[in-house]
Amino acid sequence: MTLDKCKRGQRIKIMNIPNEVIRSQAIRFGISEGAVVTCEEVVPAGPVVVGMFKQQIAIGRELARSIAVQPIS
Amino acid sequence: MQYNQTLTTGVSGRNIILVGNPNVGKSLFFNYLTGSYVDVANFPGTTINVICGRCGQDAVTDTPGIYGVSSFSEEEKITRDIVLHGDILLNIVDAVHLERDLFLTQQLIDTGRPMVVALNMIDEAENQGIKIDIVVLKELLGVPVIATVAVEEKGLEQVRQAINEAKSGRVLSVVEEKLAELPDTISRAEKLLVLEGDPIVSARNGVEPGPYRTLFYTERRNWINKVVSMSVRETSTREILGSRLSRWMIQPVTGIPLLLLTLFLLYQLIGVFVAQTVVAFTEEFIMGEYFQPLAKAMVGQVVAPGTAVNEILVGQFGVITMTVTYLIGLLLPLVLGFNFVLALLEDTGYLPRIATLLDRILTFFGLNGQAVIPLVLGFGCVTMALMSTRLLGSDRERRIATIILALTVPCSAQLAIIATMLAGLGPGFAVVYGMLIFSVFIAGGTLLDKVIPGESSSLWIDLPPLRLPRMGNVFKKTWNKSKEFITEAAPLFALGALVLGLLEVSGILEAIENALVPLTVSWLGLPKEAASGFIMGVIRREFGTAGLFTFPMSDIQKLVALTTITLFVPCIASAMVIYKERGWKEGTAIWVGVIILAFILGGLINQLLIFFISSFPSAEPLTMLGGVILIGLAIILGFSSIIPGSFRSR
Repeated sequence: MTLDKCKRGQRIKIMNIPNEVIRSQAIRFGISEGAVVTCEEVVPAGPVVVGMFKQQIAIGRELARSIAVQPIS
Repeated sequence: MQYNQTLTTGVSGRNIILVGNPNVGKSLFFNYLTGSYVDVANFPGTTINVICGRCGQDAVTDTPGIYGVSSFSEEEKITRDIVLHGDILLNIVDAVHLERDLFLTQQLIDTGRPMVVALNMIDEAENQGIKIDIVVLKELLGVPVIATVAVEEKGLEQVRQAINEAKSGRVLSVVEEKLAELPDTISRAEKLLVLEGDPIVSARNGVEPGPYRTLFYTERRNWINKVVSMSVRETSTREILGSRLSRWMIQPVTGIPLLLLTLFLLYQLIGVFVAQTVVAFTEEFIMGEYFQPLAKAMVGQVVAPGTAVNEILVGQFGVITMTVTYLIGLLLPLVLGFNFVLALLEDTGYLPRIATLLDRILTFFGLNGQAVIPLVLGFGCVTMALMSTRLLGSDRERRIATIILALTVPCSAQLAIIATMLAGLGPGFAVVYGMLIFSVFIAGGTLLDKVIPGESSSLWIDLPPLRLPRMGNVFKKTWNKSKEFITEAAPLFALGALVLGLLEVSGILEAIENALVPLTVSWLGLPKEAASGFIMGVIRREFGTAGLFTFPMSDIQKLVALTTITLFVPCIASAMVIYKERGWKEGTAIWVGVIILAFILGGLINQLLIFFISSFPSAEPLTMLGGVILIGLAIILGFSSIIPGSFRSR
């Protein structure tokens, strides 16, 4: 599934970030492919807020749609 | 490199570079190390200020905050070049966000430069139950690590001492291994960037960009995660303070009322208290009752009243009277007020949350939530805001934001004068004015999204923890920015007043006013003196706005004048930034386009109101105008939804 489909509070594993620049940027923030993050907030029709360590990143809906993730039960 | 020479002129010592993620307190270190000697250098080809100073024999350079060194953004390119030419790197990291910040640290270590790490905000980390073993961290990184609380100047002296013990840290083994692939003609630090595929540094050295970015980044990330797990112990995992408030801020149901409430409070503070109460005291009382008569009397002693020189000094556009009254009496309180509010918003961490909240809406304009920052800054100073459009992800977004800023966003000084004028006109006029500017904003943004080619980027923004603003810091920021504004504006104001005075005395002003009669009187329905207001508006926006009200006008004339001057060209300073950022062709197009549009819309309002008053004497002309604005907006939005071609990706 993709990041925009996540529910609040869900733990997810980042599987694939297609855009090269975004991928590098994400690694800097600690969100590398394979990293486990928490979906902290979903703004209706808007950005998805992803939490990792003690930081939060808001990711625009379009971009979230392109990021493949896997829910962790 | 040219800047490097200018940086080190007269400095025989080392070149110390401060590097760190955004918002970690770099400038506090800079201020401590350099004392009061600050020199703002404008970096070649850009408008981002790089600040240089001196610490004993050494040069100290502050750099824009970044998350990594490469060519992803303008800030990164600038910081990259400064880092490449530094002798010693002082890397400042946020102790609360080690996982994120140490990535940059490790990248800097991998450049092979001698460095020192300052572990800042250690008190906040302790408050959040994060315990960092500095001895272990030092061992793992291989460079000196000093814990600091920069706002309280704790540990800063140790940092100064440690600079002398700076050394190269532990470079990732995978990096060491690949470095050998490159010839030794390339400097050690540049080798790293070439291997990481930096196109600019590679081209500079005449080699192909390396293929190892993802490899290095992944290895570095894994290593840093290991470093953190070995050196950090979290004693409690309690929820970060303010996380509920943070949620309220970004969820539309609560976020929008919260935003409106914030805006209302800001309006009460700036639009009502400062713009009316304080300004009434400073401008009308201090300046009007005391300063102006005094200035006139004193100048009258030397230069006889009625002469040209006297007129230029203390007449209608007197260099002395007008400059001081506007600058100190009117603008200083307003600018202080706005900068205070901006500093508060910046310090609390509310701004990126507004960006998240409004992201969806801004995508209609081909922007993303990040554009909130230039737009909000625009209400402070359009020139500053235009510079900050560089933060936006793509050229297309920068173009859209620039045009919107130039056209619809009034700067703080102008806004405050407008607020004062509107307060005198009554709520009906304020509503119509607000609707009009807002409609131009929406219609303009939507149309620009349709017609400007290219792709816009998606939001990716770091939400810093919410914290109570540190008032000392806020006041300092407010004061520095306001001082900067006043010192920058003063000569332009004086020059503007002088030019106008000369034009007035020589009779040219009247000739211009007469020549513009078809425009000002027939089309806009304003007194012909309005021409001087527009000329002043070119010099500085708020100067023109204030100038429009030096002669009596009817309420409707005031509305027309306010609308036109709001949409009218940005001041010289911001026009220069537009030229610099967008090139002379596009800059001219934006400039001329905005002027024409301002006059067309201003005139339309005037003509419509005249038409309503003469054709429907019993109806309320303002209500009808409001209706027409809404219909116009609906038509434009409907029309734009038919035009194909929305561009979006990423």
